[in-house]
Amino acid sequence: MKVLKLVSKNTTRHLLRTLLTILGLAIAVMAFAIIRTSVDAWYAGAEASSPNRLVVTNNISLVFTLPLAYREKIAKVDGVTGLSWAHWFGGTYVDPKNFFAQFAVDHNTYLDLYPEYLIPPQQLATFLSERNAVIVGRQLADRFGWSLGDPITLTGTIYPGQWEFVIRGIYTGAEETTDESQWFMRFDYLDERMRAEMPPRAGQVGSFIVQIADPSRAAQMSATIDSLFVNSLAETKTQTEESFQLSFVAMASSIVTGLRIVSIMVIGIILLVLANTMAMTARERVSEYALMKTLGFRPIHILGLIFGESLFIAGVGGVLGIGLAFPVKWLLETNVGGFFPVFTIEAITLMLGIVASLAVGLVAAVFPALKAVKTPIVDGLRIIE
Amino acid sequence: MSRPFVQLQNVNKSYWRDSLEIPVLNDVNLDLPEGEFVALMGPSGSGKTTLLNLIAGIDRPSSGNVIVRGQNVSRLSEGDLARWRSDNIGFVFQFYNLMPVLTAYENVELPLLLTKLSRSERRRQVETALSIVGLADRMKHYPNQLSGGQEQRVAIARAVVTDPVLILADEPTGDLDKVSAQEVMDLLSRLNHEFNKTIIMVTHDPRAAEKAHTQRHLDKGVLNSHESPQAG
Ligand SMILES: Nc1ncnc2c1ncn2[C@@H]1O[C@H](COP(=O)(O)OP(=O)(O)OP(=O)(O)O)[C@@H](O)[C@H]1O
Ligand SMILES: [Mg+2]
Repeated sequence: MKVLKLVSKNTTRHLLRTLLTILGLAIAVMAFAIIRTSVDAWYAGAEASSPNRLVVTNNISLVFTLPLAYREKIAKVDGVTGLSWAHWFGGTYVDPKNFFAQFAVDHNTYLDLYPEYLIPPQQLATFLSERNAVIVGRQLADRFGWSLGDPITLTGTIYPGQWEFVIRGIYTGAEETTDESQWFMRFDYLDERMRAEMPPRAGQVGSFIVQIADPSRAAQMSATIDSLFVNSLAETKTQTEESFQLSFVAMASSIVTGLRIVSIMVIGIILLVLANTMAMTARERVSEYALMKTLGFRPIHILGLIFGESLFIAGVGGVLGIGLAFPVKWLLETNVGGFFPVFTIEAITLMLGIVASLAVGLVAAVFPALKAVKTPIVDGLRIIE
Repeated sequence: MSRPFVQLQNVNKSYWRDSLEIPVLNDVNLDLPEGEFVALMGPSGSGKTTLLNLIAGIDRPSSGNVIVRGQNVSRLSEGDLARWRSDNIGFVFQFYNLMPVLTAYENVELPLLLTKLSRSERRRQVETALSIVGLADRMKHYPNQLSGGQEQRVAIARAVVTDPVLILADEPTGDLDKVSAQEVMDLLSRLNHEFNKTIIMVTHDPRAAEKAHTQRHLDKGVLNSHESPQAG
């Protein structure tokens, strides 16, 4: 349409105002994308969880342990096809700020239960044969610039002293949602030193991971496992991996809810910014619209002008905001990467960002457009400048 | 010249402010032949602009008929009226009303965007219109790069580019200095003589009114039946 040229001329008319509006929109859409991505990150663990795995922890709290000896009884439960265990190590690397998850795991069984961690066979073989070997995720290795064969020292916080390791494996995730930021050391390396230095702390694990063949029996099997240890010193709590992960989200649920509300408010703010610009624009151009109508332009043309301009500004702002989200995400990832193991901007977030800005573009133009169309020509012409 | 070109029959117009009726035009009757050049004069607030707007089809009478070339303008729907205006009317305003974001060329081209003319046909017509007003060398200038007189001449080019039968000018020299006003008046005279355009022009300026064939006076919404030598 020939009116398009007028749209672009109108848009660049108050260049600074247009640019500021676009910038405001871009920052808001960027914030929207980052907030949504953070919310997604909270749920990433739950999304990546397998329905074939149950997690057994101490019924009182995650911070209490279970005797390793429980494994014999759990393994005998009908329907259990695999069993392993993991224990939170909690060491620091150089600086306490360098937080990342470290698990001492049973080297013989653990990785069999997690087919989503892809490890080259020779690396796995070395892990099985060397007591101080560790396998780390690709993202974690990149974060600290580690490569195979690097010696690493962690300072224990729960288990005091210096702990020497060698990087022997780097795993990658089979899925986009797979957590690539973990550290797996051998449980026997930890346990043997405990037996020598602090015997009461030996033979304790944080959780058992139970592989089951039939996810539909998860609830019943969980109850069976827990019933085995009723009235013992350490009662158990067995749940699916998903609900185990969601219990972490639940701990932060008010934060997540807050973030969701903020992300909606951000859209509201864009609407105000653009609506304000469009209202100013419409007010300034009353006499121009009246002139165009005098010349024979019809409401459809005027609507095209106003909606065209609003959608153009909103569209550019939206695309720019999405573009900005990637470097900002990268900055956040490199600075607080350990906190959110999986921090990816999902396609749906990008689409929502664009759709939201276009919707804002439409809504912001409605009132100015109606006003421009409804103002009688003679009234519009009476307004000079 | 059997039928009048512009005919107003018992035209009344009132504006309403809240529930208060403000009568503006009172039983106005007018017959203009084709090729006429009329100066419409009268004190401020007497209803000159209102009358012009009714003839231009950008406002409707409260009662009575506005008939242009046999077409009862007051009976047309909004959409038909818009098309009718773009086909028949050229309007010139006191403050030019050019689009500030468009060049002189683009301003003159604006009404042609509603026609089916090709780009090159539009170009030819715009160039012709701009050369008639003597601004062929200012096509790429924006309104703020032109003097008031030049702006008004661009506006006149815009009014004639569609080759309308009727040109309506509301105080076209009202905002101009003497020299520019003279140029604009010469131009309107030429459009009337050379191109046989029918022109109705509102003016307060007796010198401008002299250029017209006839002068009509409006006072408090009443159109004097005969031309008067006096100027408002
Ligand atoms: N859209 C409108 N709404 C309400 N009142 C109006 C409107 N247009 C004109 N009027 C009133 O109608 C009367 C005539 O106005 P009009 O503009 O036709 O006068 P005019 O003769 O052109 O005056 P001027 O010489 O000052 O331009 C005035 O009293 C004006 O206030
Ligand atoms: Mg007037």
